[in-house]
Amino acid sequence: MDITSDTHSQHISRQFNQELEELKTQLMTMGGLVEQQIQEAVKALIDGDSRLAEKVRDNDRAVNEMQLTIDDECTRVLARRQPAASDLRLVLAVIRATADLERIGDEASKIARNALSLIENGTQVRGLVEVRHISEHVRKMLRDALTAFARFDTELALQVVHEDESVDDEYGSAMRSLMTFMMEDSRAIGPVLSVMWILRALERVGDHADNLAEYVIYLVKGLDIRHMDPDELDENTLSRKG
Amino acid sequence: MSVQPFQTMPVSRRPAGPIIDVSPEASSLEIENLTLAYAGKPALRELTLRIPRQRVTAFIGPSGCGKSTLLRALNRLHDLNEAVSWRGSIRLEGQDIHAPEVAVDELRRRVGMVFQAPNPFPMSIYENVAFGLRLRGGLSRRRLDDIVEWALNAAALWDEVKDRLRASAWSLSGGQQQRLVIARTLAVRPEVLLLDEPASALDPISTLKIEELIRSLKSQLTLVLVTHNMQQAARVSDYTAFLHEGELVEYGPTDDVFTNPRLARTENYITGRMA
Repeated sequence: MDITSDTHSQHISRQFNQELEELKTQLMTMGGLVEQQIQEAVKALIDGDSRLAEKVRDNDRAVNEMQLTIDDECTRVLARRQPAASDLRLVLAVIRATADLERIGDEASKIARNALSLIENGTQVRGLVEVRHISEHVRKMLRDALTAFARFDTELALQVVHEDESVDDEYGSAMRSLMTFMMEDSRAIGPVLSVMWILRALERVGDHADNLAEYVIYLVKGLDIRHMDPDELDENTLSRKG
Repeated sequence: MSVQPFQTMPVSRRPAGPIIDVSPEASSLEIENLTLAYAGKPALRELTLRIPRQRVTAFIGPSGCGKSTLLRALNRLHDLNEAVSWRGSIRLEGQDIHAPEVAVDELRRRVGMVFQAPNPFPMSIYENVAFGLRLRGGLSRRRLDDIVEWALNAAALWDEVKDRLRASAWSLSGGQQQRLVIARTLAVRPEVLLLDEPASALDPISTLKIEELIRSLKSQLTLVLVTHNMQQAARVSDYTAFLHEGELVEYGPTDDVFTNPRLARTENYITGRMA
């Protein structure tokens, strides 16, 4: 059966309601933090702001700590409540989602480190248009995936799953134009490689947002769509399979 | 993704929940349109389900949902209760258990029952297990010894009592008494074992031993378990039937029922929500 965002607040045990609510809240807080990390890492690169890049790099520790806290809380709920059905799926989805959010945090700090080396180098950076474009795209995916999680919105989650394909295409074409820069000017190879690493990190953020969206579908429908072909997925197939 | 094919069987008055499709060949017990009332007050309403052979099927549901009533109907424990009226049919291996040619004592040998509170007879451990066999008669002392040992072994009790078979059954702990009662039931070689809250009066260790026993017995017979303990149903059963107010709400593979139930009523019950 499908569940809604207030399904988890109807237990006879109010304490249990609170524990599950708290898990969701903490996940959203962590999601907000990593989204900000990505946004600031890209801003640091584009503005050439080394101080902001350092801040992002150092903030990764906070993201890691949030993962540990949420995982701890999930372990406690599993041990004490032995959740079943949608409660169990919520806890599993949260555990999986924190792992992906933590990885997004790592990608943000990777972007920040590459931005720092580019800024310190002082050379003109090429490919920023592509970086800005893809970063806006994957940040929207991440925001949508988190919104879908908060609202138990499978339609929005499916959109995110489909978005990931176009990010992959954009990444492919950005890589091709960066290769051209490298061929044109061998002195540009170092800085262009750094930009390539940044694009790679952003593309990975898209993959993680895609994972988050898949967990929303598992949470709401009890259907595991990992490793399924996105082209075969729409609301109808979900309701047939769920 | 559910692997098991589901088939929704229409019940006469209202649509029932999804019912797992157990083929007649694979079922030990087939219950069809069973309606039962105590003094005119309905306790079971138009129940239709098949219980698969050599599997553990759990009946869950709130107090008064009819799960124990259903269990008792399976070996005709309602026969002597004049306030009970019923219609529908129950078949054991294809044969109607209420057919005139079915002797109720033979039915109860084939369909054994274990209750919530252990009820050993006031006699020795050995005599408890041998009791049913002696009633049937015709067994040599040696054969009797063999079967008693086999049954105590099957009930995972032999090692604990082999040196004191002549001691009173009352000298055993609650968990041991329950396993003794199971041994007594197994001694007459039943095909089905009905367990009505068999571990609810036991400590956690004894409970785990009973659960382990249920698992080990499944290779030999069909088990039907009534329990209030949801984790227990999730741990030991292969199939779970959720009953509510005398109706079968949902029946499916335990893995599906406890991770992704089809109906909100089931979800609410197993996750402890207000209906």
